[in-house]
Amino acid sequence: MVEYNELIFEMSRQGRIGSSLPESDVDKVDLHDKLPAHLIRDMPAELPEVSELQLIRHYTALSNKNHGIDNGFYPLGSCTMKYNPKINEDVARFEGFSRIHPYQPVETVQGALKLLHELQEDLAEVTGMDAVTLQPSAGAQGEWTGLMMVKAYFEQKGEKRIKVLVPDSAHGTNPASATVAGFKTVTIPSNEDGLVDLAELKKHVGHDTAALMLTNPNTLGLFEKDIVDIAKVVHEAGGLLYYDGANANAILGKTTPGNMGFDIVHLNLHKTFTTPHGGGGPGAGPVGVKEKLIPYLPVPRIEKENDQYVLNSHHPLSIGRVKGYYGNFGILVRAYTYIRTMGPVGLRQVSESAVLHANYLRKKLEPYFESPYSQYCKHEFVLSGSRQKKLGVRTLDMAKRLLDFGYHPPTIYFPLNVEECMMIEPTETESKETMDAFAEAMIQIAKEVEENPDVVLEAPHTTIIGRLDEVQAARQPILRYSKEE
Amino acid sequence: MTSTYRYLPDTKQDQEEMLALLTISSVDELFEDVPKEIRLDGELNIPNAVPEPLLVKKMHQLSSQNKHANHYPIFLGAGTYDHYIPSVVNHVISRSEFYTAYTPYQPEISQGELQAIFEFQTMVCELTGMDVANSSMYDGPTSLAEAASLAITSTRRSKVIVSKSVHPESRAILNTVSGGLEYTVEEAALDGDITDLEKLQEQMDQDTAAVIVQYPNFFGSIEDLTKIKTISEEKGALFIVSANPLALALLEAPGKLGADIVIGDMQPLGIPMSFGGPHCGYFAVKKKMMRKVPGRIVGQTTDDQGKRGFVLTLQAREQHIRRDKASSNICSNQALNALASAVCMASLGKEGIRQMAQLNIEKADYMAKCLQKKGFNVKNKAPFFNEFIVEFPLPVKEVNGKLLEAGMIGGFDLGNDYRLENEMLIAVTEQRTKEEIDQFVKVLEAMKNG
Repeated sequence: MVEYNELIFEMSRQGRIGSSLPESDVDKVDLHDKLPAHLIRDMPAELPEVSELQLIRHYTALSNKNHGIDNGFYPLGSCTMKYNPKINEDVARFEGFSRIHPYQPVETVQGALKLLHELQEDLAEVTGMDAVTLQPSAGAQGEWTGLMMVKAYFEQKGEKRIKVLVPDSAHGTNPASATVAGFKTVTIPSNEDGLVDLAELKKHVGHDTAALMLTNPNTLGLFEKDIVDIAKVVHEAGGLLYYDGANANAILGKTTPGNMGFDIVHLNLHKTFTTPHGGGGPGAGPVGVKEKLIPYLPVPRIEKENDQYVLNSHHPLSIGRVKGYYGNFGILVRAYTYIRTMGPVGLRQVSESAVLHANYLRKKLEPYFESPYSQYCKHEFVLSGSRQKKLGVRTLDMAKRLLDFGYHPPTIYFPLNVEECMMIEPTETESKETMDAFAEAMIQIAKEVEENPDVVLEAPHTTIIGRLDEVQAARQPILRYSKEE
Repeated sequence: MTSTYRYLPDTKQDQEEMLALLTISSVDELFEDVPKEIRLDGELNIPNAVPEPLLVKKMHQLSSQNKHANHYPIFLGAGTYDHYIPSVVNHVISRSEFYTAYTPYQPEISQGELQAIFEFQTMVCELTGMDVANSSMYDGPTSLAEAASLAITSTRRSKVIVSKSVHPESRAILNTVSGGLEYTVEEAALDGDITDLEKLQEQMDQDTAAVIVQYPNFFGSIEDLTKIKTISEEKGALFIVSANPLALALLEAPGKLGADIVIGDMQPLGIPMSFGGPHCGYFAVKKKMMRKVPGRIVGQTTDDQGKRGFVLTLQAREQHIRRDKASSNICSNQALNALASAVCMASLGKEGIRQMAQLNIEKADYMAKCLQKKGFNVKNKAPFFNEFIVEFPLPVKEVNGKLLEAGMIGGFDLGNDYRLENEMLIAVTEQRTKEEIDQFVKVLEAMKNG
């Protein structure tokens, strides 16, 4: 392939255009008659000037420099990079969904509200919660929404609880969300089995504990088997339990956060429910709650009154709005379509396959890499590159070497409590052949580390670009194109 | 468990081989660490699986229960607009190399996404007149709240003043967010359709971290940013402007008028209304605040051969590094919608975007004049972009009912958020033809006379 390294601004030529707008069919307006001169732009924004074909070639060339799930295996732990079904994409683009305005009279959008209402009910069932809001745009916003409800709940009860407990293996958004919601974070160390240390937890739980945030299975892919006791400890101290749904792909139809004792749950629809990651978003992070927290849900709430679906903002204890309008509707349509495609048996099989795949792949790799935990994993597992590090090769190098085999590497250096961590999540949508081929690549790399480490240290060899200088990028930031250069 | 589901590839044989390697006889053994008392007995109570052809039909039925802008000319704006989206946009964002990718943490195989975002950042800087833009935010209203929080943490002051002419939902979200970080939000009063500058001046004090206005404001009116900048600067507060990016094609860039942070939503440029989301917030600052911006940023660098390439950069700001010390918990962005918007801006180009903005001004101006000729009161005193307020002798709900009967979707009722009874906010984009506008006016005239 011919190398392509042009910015769209560099191919811009004065006088070219990539679109055609109609001539005005009404009277002309001279802006100068309307506005004072200092509010009128005299220097046009330098947007590129390209023809339609040039534009399409440019973005096609860029897409060819990008790896998505449709290109190949993407075992990025904690991200659930499963297949993004095509029907979902089609449905979200139906004009009755994509071309409606959020402020249309509710009687003109009953189909949309019905979809949202049913999705709320389905997600409540999947999580074992009593009610769901679809408003949050992403997992992190869901966390913060949940914690704001925790805050409102205790304020209403007249209790001052300022601490949120978070295990050391938690995703960075957990403590950040706690801070932004006005709580103080307390980190709970994991025990040597990679689970919440119940004794440590008891030490930190008290009358000032607002909530414990937990991912189950946790970020090591291990099911917190003491969850019932954990919930009891927190509840007995008057605190609440928050479920980070990042790993919900392991539990569909097997158990629910509600059964485990959680009071609040967020789901990442872009993980468990197949909506595309889009190169970083948009996603959706609905939040479910148990009955006692329902009054605090964000408004407007989507409710059914007789046969009509309505938007109701008359909930005086609500934490208020968390996002514009009613959530990322287009994403919610995709998730709804997926749930209807799979049904209850299908969703259970999703989790069973995801867990079987992860255990299978782990078993194949265990002879070659340090596998720190013996408990069966759920939908993902961690390996440590500590053995390879002793030979002078780091996990980052192995990740880069995987690129030469056409694979996206696993999540690396997370969770923080595993040395040289690689977190691998094959997902249920990958075939056994794909996992076998990936395992062979990993095994070959492990052998290269012993026999020919340079080939790993100098990787990648086949990508269109080599390792990039991230230090230079941060020290002398170039964050936009400028003509002068 | 066999492969009767098209997304699940395991055959019975695959399954047996996998179980054999694990020396277990059933998948259930892998779930034995889930305590019995919390396991589900029986299936989830959700509807059964629907095969694709039937599901497509069902979803068409559901979507056809909504009245959409292709059949009903729409005069609603209020933050979400019916603009033309060039065909190329959907084709580009349907490239699955883009939409099925994760955040570009492995730059060697994500150069396409990274470069596209770098170009998006550049376009946002161009329109806003700012130095640095991030890779996008959830939406306009949440960007506004992030901007306010940034002002609080960077000035170490305790309150922000937001004009009542800022979108009511943005103010509502700001109120929720400020409750978490515990700062004060004061609203600046209105003088008709714009911010009351005298009262704003009186409200300003040494605790004020920022003044927030919208440009054009919620009523479509164009606030005089120069004057507001002066007021805000006197007390050392930051000046935050929430701007419609399409309007910036013709209006002076906020960056040139003293804005410290410019935020907003890219929806008018390439993103469908989609019942309010997903849209795409943007966030731009001057260089001095570069290292405080929330969210992801793409930067240019070189590889080991000196070749130009792009990476996510300045990550020391972000939650995954700072954890509980982070001033924002933002993790994702709206990359695919930022891409859509970049493609739209490239398609319109330097001239096209100005043409589009000009069409909006002319159509709105035409409609306002038509209404005035028929004796309706257009309330905006300040010049407006593509939206304006009209007063009717009837409740807006009734007016909208009549318009709906005539096959149109009317404007936004200002009775709820502003207690402006019988007043409607009407948006007229380039999508509305003279014929549609005339039809709208005719319906109203008939109502008035009837």
